[in-house]
Amino acid sequence: MSETKEIIISSDKIHTDQYLVNMGPQHPSTHGVLRLLVRLEGEIVHHIQPHVGYIHSGIEKMCESLSYPQVIHLTDRMDYLSAHMNNEAVCLCVENALQVEVPDRVKYIRTIMDELTRLASHQLWWCVMGMDLGALTTFFYGLRDREHILDIFEETCGARMTLNYSVPGGVMFDIHANFQKRVKAFITEFRKKLPEYDQLLTGNVIFQERTNDIGYLSLEDAIAWGVTGPSGRGSGFSCDVRKHNPYSAYPLVQFEEKLDTRGDSFARYRLRIEEMYESLHIIEQLIDNIPEGDYAVKMKGVVKLPEGEFYQRVESARGEFGVYIVSDGKKNPYRVKFRSPGFSNLFALNKMAAGHKIADLVAIMSTLDLVIPDIDR
Amino acid sequence: MGFNIYDFSGMTHNMHLWFMERMSPTATTIVEWTVIGVSYMLFVALFGLFLVYAERKVCAAFQQRLGPMRVGFWGVLQTIADFIKLLMKELIMPKSADKFLYNLAPFIVMIATFLAMAVLPFAKGLQTLDFDIGIFYVTAVSSVGVIGILLAGWSSNNKYSLIGAMRSGAQILSYELSVSLSLVTIIILAGSMQLSVIVESQRDSWFLFKGHIPSLIAFVIFLIAGTAETNRGPFDLAEAESELTAGFHTEYSGIKFAFFFLAEYINMFIVAAMATTVFLGGWMPLHFGSIESFNHVMDFIPPLVWFFMKVCGVIFLIMWFKWTFPRLRVDQILTLEWKYLLPINLVNILLMCLVVLTKFHL
Repeated sequence: MSETKEIIISSDKIHTDQYLVNMGPQHPSTHGVLRLLVRLEGEIVHHIQPHVGYIHSGIEKMCESLSYPQVIHLTDRMDYLSAHMNNEAVCLCVENALQVEVPDRVKYIRTIMDELTRLASHQLWWCVMGMDLGALTTFFYGLRDREHILDIFEETCGARMTLNYSVPGGVMFDIHANFQKRVKAFITEFRKKLPEYDQLLTGNVIFQERTNDIGYLSLEDAIAWGVTGPSGRGSGFSCDVRKHNPYSAYPLVQFEEKLDTRGDSFARYRLRIEEMYESLHIIEQLIDNIPEGDYAVKMKGVVKLPEGEFYQRVESARGEFGVYIVSDGKKNPYRVKFRSPGFSNLFALNKMAAGHKIADLVAIMSTLDLVIPDIDR
Repeated sequence: MGFNIYDFSGMTHNMHLWFMERMSPTATTIVEWTVIGVSYMLFVALFGLFLVYAERKVCAAFQQRLGPMRVGFWGVLQTIADFIKLLMKELIMPKSADKFLYNLAPFIVMIATFLAMAVLPFAKGLQTLDFDIGIFYVTAVSSVGVIGILLAGWSSNNKYSLIGAMRSGAQILSYELSVSLSLVTIIILAGSMQLSVIVESQRDSWFLFKGHIPSLIAFVIFLIAGTAETNRGPFDLAEAESELTAGFHTEYSGIKFAFFFLAEYINMFIVAAMATTVFLGGWMPLHFGSIESFNHVMDFIPPLVWFFMKVCGVIFLIMWFKWTFPRLRVDQILTLEWKYLLPINLVNILLMCLVVLTKFHL
C-alpha cells in the first residue's frame, strides 16, 4: 500500500487522473513471473517500475557450496535460451584461472554451439515478438525452424535446452557423427526459411507502424543503463563481446558486428534478424574445418582455482553475460556473481516506454527479449 | 406443405395456414414465435460450433499444423466437447463486481446478436422480419452489443477489463460510422433499405459489380469496418491477450464466457451475411450477363447453398486477416477510421450518387 501511495504522490502532486496497474507476476506477455508496476493515464504509460525477484532461486548463493563443474549445471537454468553461452562462460573462466589451453577442436565446437544457441534463441524471440504484437502465426513459423536446432542438440549432447555440454577443459562428449551433416542441412534449409520471417512480419504495414519510432533509446542511455546485446547495438552501442574481447574460435572467423543508430523497436528487431544471418555465416565458416583432436583436455578430478578473482564475459543471445568468481583456493568458489544481460536491459524499459501506449510497452518489452530467470537468478 | 428448396415462401405460408386452421390467431402467433425462436437458437448454437471448429482448422492451416484431430473424425467433435466443458465449469464472480451488471452483460451481447439475425434473408422466403428499413435496423441493433461489452468491462471491477471495454467502446462506435456509410452507398444504388428488395434487385448482377468502383470501395471498407466491429484481429484490441490478458471478459468464466465467445463468432457471421446480402447478391446465384447455359447451371444450386457459400467465403477472409496481421494500436485504429476510412467513405458516397444520377449502373 505504501509503495502504491509513493508512486501516486510522486513530485508533490497527487495524480488523480492516473492509476496503477500491476502487469504480472502473472501476465501473458511478461514471459515469466516479472511484475511491472505501471502508472497509466488512460492508455498512456507514465512510469514503469519493474519488480523482480519472483523466481529468484539463489543461484549465486548455491554456487558457493558447489564445485566448479557443478556450477556449470546451474548456469543454464538462468538464461535457458542461451544455455550454452552461460556454460561456456564458466568454463572459460575456470580454464583461464587454471591457465588450461583447450584444443582447437573444442574451440570450434563451442563456437558452433554458441551460434546455434543464438539462432535458436533469436528464432524463439521472433515467434514471441510476433505474438506480442498480435500476429499469432509467427509463433509456429519460428518454432518450426527452432525444432531442427534442438534436434541437433539432442543428438549431440542428449539435452534440448539446458545443454550442460561444456565442461572445464573441453566439452562433455565428442560431437555426434551426424553433427556436421545435419548442421549443414539445417543451414541450407534455414537460409531459405529466413526470408519468410520478413515476408510474414517485417514488411507488414501494421508491424512497421507499431515498431518504427517507438521505444527510442539513445546511445548515451544505452551506455548509461548498460544495455548490451542486440538491444544495445540497436542504439549504436558497439558492445559485441565476440568482437571486442574474442574468445573460443571467434578470432578465427569473419563476421560483422551489426549496428543501428535509430534506437527504436524496429532497429532492435532488424538487428536480431540480421544477427541470424551472421550466425549462419559464422557456422558456415567453421563447420567444415573442425580440426581433429581431443574433445577435452584431461583435468584433475577435483578442480581447484588458485586464490584470486576471475572474470570472463561472453556474448549471450541477450547481451553481455559475465561470470565473476572469487576463489580462496578451495574446490568451491568463495563468491560467484553473474552479470546477466536481461537485468540491465530490463531497467532501461522505463526510459524507452514512458510516454507510449500500453500496447507499445508490450512491444518494446518484446524487443528487449527478456528471459525472467536470467533477471532474477 | 409444399416444400421447395428454391422458394421457401410457399412452405412458410402453408405452415401459417395449417396452424391458423387448427388454432386461434393468438396461439398461432405464439407457436410460430416459439418455432422461430428455437430455430434461431439451434442455428446459433450449431453454426457457432461450426465456426469455432472452422476457425481452429483455418488457423491451423495458416500455422502449418493440423488443429484438433483427436475427438471424433478430424476433431469434429472437439468444439462440442469444449462447449460441454464450458457448461460444467464453475462460474466465478469477482467479489467486488457489480453483480447485477456483471450478470446482465453477456445477455445483452447475446440479445443484440439475436436481434440482428432476425432480418437476414437466408433464402427466398426464409426471412423472419422483412422491414422496409432492414439495413437501418441491423446497424442499429448490432451496436447495442457494445453496451454489453462496456458493462462487462465496468462491472468486473478489473483495470484490464475496463481498459479493454473502453477500447472496445471507442472502436465500435467509430467503426459503426464506416459500416453505416458503406451501407448507405449501396442504399443509394439499390434505392431501398429493405433487404429482400436489395437481394431481388441483384438478380442480374451483384451490387459489387453493378456499382462499379464505388461499390468495390464500399465493399472493402465494409469488410475492414465489419472486422473491427466484431472485435476480431487485427482489431482485437478489446481482448488483446498479450496486453490485457483477455480484455473485457477477463473475469468471466464458464457459460458466461461462452456467451461472449459465441457472440463474437455469430457477429462475424452477421457481418459476413450482411456483406453477402448487400454486396454479393445474397442468396442469388451468380449470373453472367447473357450466357444462358451458365446461368441455368448456377440456378440449379439452391439459394440456401449460395448464401452459405458466400457467407463462408467472407468469413474465411475475415479469419485470414486475423491469422496473418499483427494487432493495431488503439490510436492507430482510430486514425485509420477517422482520417482514412471516413473521408474515403464520404467521397465514395458522392461517387455513387454520380453513378446513380448518370444511370451508369444500368
